[in-house]
Amino acid sequence: MANPTKAAVKADLPSGQATVATVEHGHGAGSAFPPFDKSTFGPQLIWLVLTFGFLYFMLARKLLPRVSNVLESRAAGIRNDLAEAEHLKAETETSLKAYEQALTLAKTNAAGIAKAQRDTLTSETDRERAAVDAQMAAKVAEAEKRIDASKKTALTAVSGVASETVGAIVSKLTGQSVSGAEIASAIAAVTAK
Amino acid sequence: MAAGAGGHSPIEQFALTTFASFKPFGIDASITNSTVFMVATVGLICTFMHFAMGNASLVPNRLQSLAEMVYEFVAGTVRDNLDDGAEGKKFLPFVFALFAFVLVCNFLGMIPGFFTVTSHIIITAALAILVIATVLFYGFARHGVSFLKLFVPSGVPLWLLPILVPIEIISFVSRPVSLSVRLFANMLAGHIALKIFAGFVATLLAAGVWKVLSPLPLALTTALTALELLVAFLQAYVFAVLTCVYLSDAVHGAH
Repeated sequence: MANPTKAAVKADLPSGQATVATVEHGHGAGSAFPPFDKSTFGPQLIWLVLTFGFLYFMLARKLLPRVSNVLESRAAGIRNDLAEAEHLKAETETSLKAYEQALTLAKTNAAGIAKAQRDTLTSETDRERAAVDAQMAAKVAEAEKRIDASKKTALTAVSGVASETVGAIVSKLTGQSVSGAEIASAIAAVTAK
Repeated sequence: MAAGAGGHSPIEQFALTTFASFKPFGIDASITNSTVFMVATVGLICTFMHFAMGNASLVPNRLQSLAEMVYEFVAGTVRDNLDDGAEGKKFLPFVFALFAFVLVCNFLGMIPGFFTVTSHIIITAALAILVIATVLFYGFARHGVSFLKLFVPSGVPLWLLPILVPIEIISFVSRPVSLSVRLFANMLAGHIALKIFAGFVATLLAAGVWKVLSPLPLALTTALTALELLVAFLQAYVFAVLTCVYLSDAVHGAH
């Protein structure tokens, strides 16, 4: 890119020389091409040093730190907000976990309580049933005993009646009185068969 | 520019005009049109940055977000090409100052009748030498003599070094030359081309029937102006990027 430009500059030199000679200006009255006029180098350099130096000083000391401060505080704000959100999210997660844990615990507890209750109820029922059964058995046994006793009494009464009847029948038939002992042994002999 | 444009030389726009002769201690520090535009450039940048960040808030207004955008743009360039850590931050004001100075000088020069500070080789050369001097100074201060390893490519057979080291040195020495000539030549050529085509418009208008052709160079001038606006930005950006790349050598040492 530099080469064609230089060629163009050189091509312009003759016409430029003629014009510059007629145009009035402070520096470089003797030189054809202003950018190559050495007499202008001094003032340009000095003012470049002054202005660029001032610009650098202002930017480095005052103007750019302001921008970087704002950008940094914004980034820090966003970072903080994100951290806060992250923190809150973690907190929510912990709460959720705790809730779930509590729920599971409650469920296990409820199941345990229900089982215990059922077990107590079952055992109570069993015990009561056993008690009732025992009572019933006792009653049945007592009743059986009573029946046995009644039967015995009845049987005794029957043998008494039988011996009296036998005595009466024998005395009627034979006209002889038979002793009670004889009759009893006779009946016993019959019933033993 | 309009009055008798055809009669003016296309290089007259680069001439320095002395407004006030000023020679303290025998040094010529005369105030010229170049001085005025340099002061205007620095004044514009400082005023803009000052008012944009005047009452800086967490949620920026338009001006502030523009300033932040420019800052982020330069900071991104430094991060990508120089260093993404503390060393990059150290050089950010320097790169920012170079970029802003060259950019505003280029853009001010695009206004018709205004002087282009960066169309003078002494200005671009001074900036380029400042960059290379910073590279050398910082490079030696940081790496000592081993900074010279920059000229010795690593992983190259020994017999190649006598050829490669001079090439590396030549490429290093040509850096300030290419850096300054690139900016200077772009600004100079662009403004000359603009002036010539704008001059054609005036010449054709004064040439009787030929004035029907005058819209052609006018359209070309318009197109060139758009191109030159792009070049004005691009050259400032290229200057900043190359500054970062060269400073990266000083920061990171041998490649």
